[in-house]
Amino acid sequence: MNLKKILAQSYLYLLLLVLYAPIAIIIIYSFTNSGSIGQWKGFSLDLYTNLFTGQAQHSGTIYAAIANTIFIAIVAATCSTLLGSLAAVGIFNMRQPWKKSIQFVNDIPMINPDIITGISLFLLFVSLGITQGYITVILAHIAFCTPYVVLSVTPRLTRMNPNIYEAALDLGATPFQAFRKVIIPEIKPGMISGFLLAFTLSIDDFAVTLFTKGSNGLETLSTFIYADARKGGLTPELRSLASIIFVVVLVLLIILNRKSSKSVKEQ
Amino acid sequence: MTVPADEKDYIIEVDHVSKSFGDKQVLDDISLFVRKGEFVTILGPSGCGKTTLLRLLAGFTQVSEGSIRLQGQDITAIPPYRRPMNTVFQRYALFPHLNVYENIAFGLKLKDTSSEEIDKQVRRVLKIVGMTDYEERAVDSLSGGQQQRVAIARAIVNRPQVLLLDEPLAALDLKMRKDMQLELKQMHKELGITFIYVTHDQEEALTMSDTIVVMNKGRIQQIGKPTDIYNEPVNPFVADFIGDSNILNGIMKQDRLVQFMYHDFECVDEGFQPDEHVDVVIRPEDIYIMPRNNSAMLNGTVQSCIFKGVHYEMTVITDHGYELLIQDYNQFEVGQEVSLIIKPSDIHVMRKELNSNRIDGTMADATHVEMLGGTFECLPTPGIEAGQDVTVTVQFPKVDLMDYTDEGAASGTVSFILYKGNHYHLTITTDSGEDIYADTQDVWDDGDIVGIRILPEDMTIQAR
Repeated sequence: MNLKKILAQSYLYLLLLVLYAPIAIIIIYSFTNSGSIGQWKGFSLDLYTNLFTGQAQHSGTIYAAIANTIFIAIVAATCSTLLGSLAAVGIFNMRQPWKKSIQFVNDIPMINPDIITGISLFLLFVSLGITQGYITVILAHIAFCTPYVVLSVTPRLTRMNPNIYEAALDLGATPFQAFRKVIIPEIKPGMISGFLLAFTLSIDDFAVTLFTKGSNGLETLSTFIYADARKGGLTPELRSLASIIFVVVLVLLIILNRKSSKSVKEQ
Repeated sequence: MTVPADEKDYIIEVDHVSKSFGDKQVLDDISLFVRKGEFVTILGPSGCGKTTLLRLLAGFTQVSEGSIRLQGQDITAIPPYRRPMNTVFQRYALFPHLNVYENIAFGLKLKDTSSEEIDKQVRRVLKIVGMTDYEERAVDSLSGGQQQRVAIARAIVNRPQVLLLDEPLAALDLKMRKDMQLELKQMHKELGITFIYVTHDQEEALTMSDTIVVMNKGRIQQIGKPTDIYNEPVNPFVADFIGDSNILNGIMKQDRLVQFMYHDFECVDEGFQPDEHVDVVIRPEDIYIMPRNNSAMLNGTVQSCIFKGVHYEMTVITDHGYELLIQDYNQFEVGQEVSLIIKPSDIHVMRKELNSNRIDGTMADATHVEMLGGTFECLPTPGIEAGQDVTVTVQFPKVDLMDYTDEGAASGTVSFILYKGNHYHLTITTDSGEDIYADTQDVWDDGDIVGIRILPEDMTIQAR
């Protein structure tokens, strides 16, 4: 019995080790000033200071890539939250069998491999003769983020008392006022989590961005790191950048989890 | 419906309104007139269309045919937010993100009322519904009864001309329901607003209403005062749905003389054809029960006796085999031989709508008729040819119901059961959507799916 327990536990820890080892290695080697991972040249914060003082190799490009990534993520997440929320309300009020088929159509882009989405969008933009750049990347990100927003808003609508919209009309609200004052507050938590989901998906995306960014030098973090790694080794400062991103995402995740477990308790 | 003498008396006029969802007709030619300040209850079993009627009044759904007028003005096409009516929903439908105060103030804020006025009004209605000091509470922290009070307050704060209530007490427990019934009635008196109240609870309807509208299958069955509906039901459905009753087949021998249970009873009804078949209703509290003696009208044996608090409820089998429900303050032992007396004024005679099934069909060939969504074998009738439209007459006891649908030529669902003392009178809604009636000794349940068999010799076929 005891042995079984020890085996089970060690299996878990082994699994966690395998999962987190790559990240751990990057974080460890972000605290030493060496050209490549595997060489320990003593503890130093140089990689972090270089990142912020602009001493790093290609630091200009890194800054631009970070700014692009965040800008694209904010615009794409905002647009897809608006689009997705409206779509969710529309789909919710549809009649069967239309409702079911539209929901199915909404699910396809999420199952579709990114590379397929990327290539098809690339071909679409080319065939329409649209110059690829900021606009196309943002449009592409909106396209693949929106279904996730629909998916996170729909459960809020299902749980809503179907009479509250009518109650608002009954009390003198026009359909628009009823939507703004009653439906929006009800689905707001779903919209927020949809926004955050869209934001992280956009930051994270590589395949779709690669195919839609065009050749005018637009780089996001993921495409920049990819290009950088292919040009003879990773810029050392990217190790410290990766560590920072990891910590930020971790903190965000903890906050989100806390929030959702709290709302579950309230229910 | 009678045509109103003076139309100005009516705040709401529902004029020949029908409503269908797809192929399904939910309301069929409804006409209803409501007086200002009246407490009208729309009563009926679930699925009778009563909630749909209320939603038409509120404006949440649109009529398929007919019109609705409010104070003489056509409001059929007016959206809900421009109708001076407010609704109390069955599941409260309070806004969960707003507190009690904000919920009640919702309607007033939309009308740009000043904040002092809103404050005053919210406090006024909170006092009416007995919820003072609950302003800041979150609505989901309240009990069902309290939420219902807030829902009522939220509706009446707008001073509507008509308050629509959709089974507002259905989700409350019995004790709370009784209290709220009285409070609502009191509120109605004090506010002077017209109440239109939807419920399936006949007791609630009798307790609260000025006027009851009994509905079934999308049609109005009867409109009247609670006492009229109870004492003078127009058909077996109303008699059965409102209160307990004994409903029996009878024959009107002459004016003020009706025969049922093999006995001639004096009654107060007149104007029937000689020997007209009728339905007779006797309320269980109107049958006098006493130890066996020779001067009584009927003799019987007590079959069961249950104590109901104030009275005893007994079933008595008469010597001719009729089962009667009787309520009396005195207890009689099971098996005891008793005698029964019914006063003439307690016998209520109703005209029968139908004495036999009259079914429309088409001859498939000389010995087959297509009707009720199936093909029935029949005897050849002289002068009736294949392809001809016919009416088939079948007596109620001649309709056989089978356990399995493939044993019958057509199939249907038992949709209404009426016990007539010594047999059941069933309404079967066929899969083709028609109603046919069957008298049987067998026990069926509401909703049973049955096969319908009619023997060829039991059909009378006439050209249509």
